[in-house]
Amino acid sequence: MSISYDMYQEQILDHYKHPRNKGPLSGATKNARDSNPLCGDEVVLHVKVDGSERIAEVKFEGQGCAISQASASMLTTIVKGMPLAEAEGLGRDAVLKKLGIPLSAVRLKCALLSLHVLKLALGQKADVGT
Amino acid sequence: MAKPAKVLLNVPAIKADFPILRRTVRDKRLVYLDSAATSQKPKQVIDATSDFYSRYNANVHRAIYELGEESTREYEGAREKVAAFIQAKSPMEIAFTKSTTESINVVAYGYGLKGKIQKGDEIVGTVMEHHSNHVPWHFVKDHKGAVLKYVDVNDDGTLKMEQYDTLLTNRTKIVTVTLCSNVLGTINPVKEIAKRAHEVGAICVVDAAQAAPHMPIDVQSLDADFLAFSGHKMLGPTGIGILYGKQDLLEATEPLLGGGEMIREVHLGWAKWNDVPYKFEGGTPNIAGAIGLGVAVDYLTMIGMDAVRGHEMEMTEYALEKLARLKGVQTYGPRDVTKRAGVVSFTIDGAHPHDIASILDVEGICVRSGHHCAQPLMERFNLPATARASFYVYNDLDDVDALVAGIKKVQEVFA
Repeated sequence: MSISYDMYQEQILDHYKHPRNKGPLSGATKNARDSNPLCGDEVVLHVKVDGSERIAEVKFEGQGCAISQASASMLTTIVKGMPLAEAEGLGRDAVLKKLGIPLSAVRLKCALLSLHVLKLALGQKADVGT
Repeated sequence: MAKPAKVLLNVPAIKADFPILRRTVRDKRLVYLDSAATSQKPKQVIDATSDFYSRYNANVHRAIYELGEESTREYEGAREKVAAFIQAKSPMEIAFTKSTTESINVVAYGYGLKGKIQKGDEIVGTVMEHHSNHVPWHFVKDHKGAVLKYVDVNDDGTLKMEQYDTLLTNRTKIVTVTLCSNVLGTINPVKEIAKRAHEVGAICVVDAAQAAPHMPIDVQSLDADFLAFSGHKMLGPTGIGILYGKQDLLEATEPLLGGGEMIREVHLGWAKWNDVPYKFEGGTPNIAGAIGLGVAVDYLTMIGMDAVRGHEMEMTEYALEKLARLKGVQTYGPRDVTKRAGVVSFTIDGAHPHDIASILDVEGICVRSGHHCAQPLMERFNLPATARASFYVYNDLDDVDALVAGIKKVQEVFA
């Protein structure tokens, strides 16, 4: 696996510098937070589920490296509007595909932190295989 | 002692002794700037370790046969070298452990938790300690009701010594401090700290993990009561640590590990401890590690610790000057290189330290990023993380130049 500046390709830097759906969310029905002890990366997710069991709104807050924060931003764009059941079935590949870059084992933890927090928010067993 | 002169070592000659420095990383020259985490090893140390296994591997202290005599002689020889390296009065004041962490835990457990510390007794630390000099004392607080107090740091990374005076009381039993910060590089006035601790009847425990590899250490002059450091940060193998203690204090300290080697006699239900330092060396020790450490001590002594210190002052001066010229780059710790070691923490506006380390890695440059096992210090400076470059005898100014070029690449990516 080659590791190069590809890790910092345009769309990741774009999500990092201009995060989507960032900030608090009033009326959130599910919230969770976790951090990556190795890096100190932190992601908080706020989810609002509507009457038809759909993720009507999702926002994230946090701080950390470009990979952790860009992946959190991307994750919100993936799950916004998604039926709850589908979001519960979301696997790591969905996030990694969206990131679209080769990652070392250490950076994989950064990339999957937000998915881990989503699973916590949805009350699932939060093992995303990092 | 003469003040070390800021003069660079003959780095090409030293580098030739370090096989790993010949390798490349992704076709780039390896620029190793993470010696504060672990140092690289010269071939002399690597050979001594493999030599033990190839020629005279035997357990120490009990074997009657020739191999066992050789291994014991070399193992105890390493103890003598370490004792001389830090000016201990006797090799019997040197216990081998597996790490600085274990050494500090031995003191916290054996002198604190199982020892004289009573409820309400006070232990004074500092906010700049490595986690390994925080957490063992938490144990003493939790189990004995000891009170923990901390000396704060000034914005320039030095300890607030005037605050230290106010923290000392007649209940202070232990003062514990790092000789050199692994984040800021600050060299603390441990001699003065120990003196004031002794004035109130406390002992002084010194974390020398970042100091012993990089500057001359004289435990007599410091008047340190306990002093802990690791082999792997000073050109030695991993898995070997050192606990120095004044003999009477080692005798007053209970062992952490019970088992073979650390006993004089064992009966059903009770045992008598071996003499110091052996009572702290339960289980078969890291014999190859100790022997390798002894050779690392030889290597450093051959260069001369004053020369090592002088080299690193010059390296640090150069690095701080170069980094100061880069817009958007901040460094931390004292600016005066006579008050700091070759550990340079830095941040870059707009780039998280992990991203800095990732991009430098592409250039073959190894730096650390994160909280450096010093979260209370990071909180004090309100930093989630920093990147950190650290120097040793095999680094030269070219390595600093490579770092500066790498930082410029980081700034391009995150512009």
